[in-house]
Amino acid sequence: MSAPDAYVWRDLTLRQHFICLKGIIWREGLRFVHQRERFVSALVRPLVWLFIFAAGFRQVLGVSIIPPYETYVLYDVYITPGLMAMIQLFNGMQSSLTMVYDRETGGMRTLLVSPFPRWFLLSSKLLAGTCVSILQVYAYLAIAYFWDIEAPPIGYVAIVPALMLSGLMLGALGMLISSLIKQLENFSGVMNFVIFPMFFASSALYPLWRVKESSPLLYYVCELNPFTHATELIRFAFYGKVAGGSLLVVLACTVVFLAGAIIAYDPARGFLARRGARAPGA
Amino acid sequence: MTVNGQSPTPALEVQGVSHRYGARLALDAVSLAVAPASFTLLLGLNGAGKSTLFSLITRLYATRVGRISIYGHDIGREPAAALGQLGVVFQSRALDVDISVEQNLVYHAALHGIGRRQALVRARAALARVDLEDRLHERVAKLSGGQMRRVEIARALLHEPRLLLLDEPTVGLDVKARASILKHVRGLLTQERIGVLWATHLIDEAAPGDDVVILHRGRVLANGPIDAIVAQNGEKDLAGVFAKLAQDPSSDEAGAAQ
Repeated sequence: MSAPDAYVWRDLTLRQHFICLKGIIWREGLRFVHQRERFVSALVRPLVWLFIFAAGFRQVLGVSIIPPYETYVLYDVYITPGLMAMIQLFNGMQSSLTMVYDRETGGMRTLLVSPFPRWFLLSSKLLAGTCVSILQVYAYLAIAYFWDIEAPPIGYVAIVPALMLSGLMLGALGMLISSLIKQLENFSGVMNFVIFPMFFASSALYPLWRVKESSPLLYYVCELNPFTHATELIRFAFYGKVAGGSLLVVLACTVVFLAGAIIAYDPARGFLARRGARAPGA
Repeated sequence: MTVNGQSPTPALEVQGVSHRYGARLALDAVSLAVAPASFTLLLGLNGAGKSTLFSLITRLYATRVGRISIYGHDIGREPAAALGQLGVVFQSRALDVDISVEQNLVYHAALHGIGRRQALVRARAALARVDLEDRLHERVAKLSGGQMRRVEIARALLHEPRLLLLDEPTVGLDVKARASILKHVRGLLTQERIGVLWATHLIDEAAPGDDVVILHRGRVLANGPIDAIVAQNGEKDLAGVFAKLAQDPSSDEAGAAQ
């Protein structure tokens, strides 16, 4: 081992891990800034829901006083937290799908050939995507503010940790399912089988007590849907409150999805390799 | 791995590696070694298994049969120590075209735990080595194909690796750009003493004194210094050897594979 050419490998320090994480987030932010179409389309989607859908339903659906609200709220106020979660849902699914199906392109491969542990690299990448989704959420909130959707000032700060957690959970979920399910190769498949069911069977568009009145079964489905809890976590945080139960559910789901995603993605143990990935260059 | 310092640890050592995609055997007991400060040409037609071998060395796929080590560090057991000494130029582009050369290089340095200030110093030096120091602030999209490749080489060298892998780095480039990239990489051998593994299907990229590994249908058919391989096979040059070995009488596809 003590050959003349011998090279002593020094373990990567905590500071170097931080440099790496910062670099990955910074680069994701740069890409986001330079891809204006992506930014615009990410912003248009929730605004369509807010300006058209919510405006139309305003008269149909009255929302009674339920926590965290202390007074009657308009329907567009009610769905705003759900739309914030929706921004993260789309963003998380989209970037995770790219991570899985662009594994063989240079960008992803240079990431994976870095000497940092895989779990660290993948988590950093998910975190970077989450940061971008938070920027999108704030852009949406800025416009919504002029639509008279206001929260107490503390709400605008308190949503950061909530969005961090829900963004990570949704990104990890996206990575997990696109690594496991071969059929979900394109975004429209993910939209039909993951995004829409998760979004509609949740508390994003209607309070769950109303769902319970019409279908107890659907109510239980919504209660089991992690997206419901992400929405509620954000909703309560937006008013400076903590949704304890939802926080626990989102925390637990984040840990489980993240661990599952890292195992499923890792080519050394993962399902991708086992199910016979495309032969490169063949 | 050295007994008494006579043979230094190889920069890259591949021992008995096999890999399957489903039923298809893409690599069949492949063994090869790249010495420090040497230029090894991995020669094979498309589909010979070059990219699969690169995917295994860079840990995109797990090595299930055989062993791969970089300067004595097994890539499965000590991935950080192995990958820390490895620089790779992939066949597909690894640069972000929307952002500047500098931003790309700072990002790639961060992937190796190198902070911004040091990254900029190294980026300047690495770009100077490939004659592109004046392009630091240019958007990557504005560079030509050959310049992008040279930036990729600079990128792969930022963390001062001691083994450089290049997967068909001259594909899609014109004659002049090809020559310039070859010149730059060969220059690294003498200046930095790093081991280079250069995968290609172009025989004319070999030069006297190189080591050659001929890979065909997942098997190593020849391995050693060019002169020795040419002499062993009784041909007059490497092209003759390659034509002879890559001709597989048991199949009609060999000719069509080109």
